[in-house]
Amino acid sequence: MSVNYGSKRVVTGAHYGLRDWLAQRITAALMAVFTLIVVLQVLFTSGPIGYESWAGIFAAQWMKALTFAVFLALTYHVWVGMRDIWMDYVKPAGIRLALHVFTIVWLLSCLGWAVQVLWRL
Amino acid sequence: MTELTKKRPEFRNINAFKDLTTYRLPPAGWVSILHRASGGLMFILLPLIVWMFDTSVSSELSFDTFSAAFSTGLGFIPGWFFKLVVLAIIWAYLHHLIAGVRHLYMDSFHAVSKAFGKSSALVTLVLSIGLTVVLGAKLFGLY
Repeated sequence: MSVNYGSKRVVTGAHYGLRDWLAQRITAALMAVFTLIVVLQVLFTSGPIGYESWAGIFAAQWMKALTFAVFLALTYHVWVGMRDIWMDYVKPAGIRLALHVFTIVWLLSCLGWAVQVLWRL
Repeated sequence: MTELTKKRPEFRNINAFKDLTTYRLPPAGWVSILHRASGGLMFILLPLIVWMFDTSVSSELSFDTFSAAFSTGLGFIPGWFFKLVVLAIIWAYLHHLIAGVRHLYMDSFHAVSKAFGKSSALVTLVLSIGLTVVLGAKLFGLY
């Protein structure tokens, strides 16, 4: 393993520490709880699921707030995960940087769209 | 001594088709690589997932577009193909979720042993594939 710390840090590396590792796990736990909440609400809906009952789940203010937090958690979680994939398989710093930029643009675009949908509910 | 002196194969430039297929992965290895593959797949398909969220909650009209995508299709994409892609998302989500819970459990309780790694990996694979089959049958209208 070549030296990649101190003055030899890679510009497209991770944050040499615990923070991202922990953040990925906390955001994962939040999304798991969110999944459970959505599934329970779907299961406890009486009758077949139509537009009203499905949209109604996300229209409640507490659910909107929680869904927004989950969108942010998802974005951070996917960023850490995709960066791990690029760091494992793509070695040239230039190509890796380009893929990092693509990942961020891709994720932020999706986040903006999802929040827009949530806001007009 | 004979075992040690025998020259082991050395891989430098790995050929994805010739070399990867000869790897024998234990169950935990399968769960690991599938965790990564399922995460990458959902990253690529994220715009489709947001599109499904958008059309399913925005209005009665858009909800009809959402439902129609599964039956009559969407533009040039036939309904069965749309269902297949959604089935892939269902599998990816289930596998990633269950394998993720396995990770969190191991982190929280330091449940790291060869035996637990194998048994929990098998549980992960059986649960994720089993639930995918059950939900997939529903998706394709088998019950």
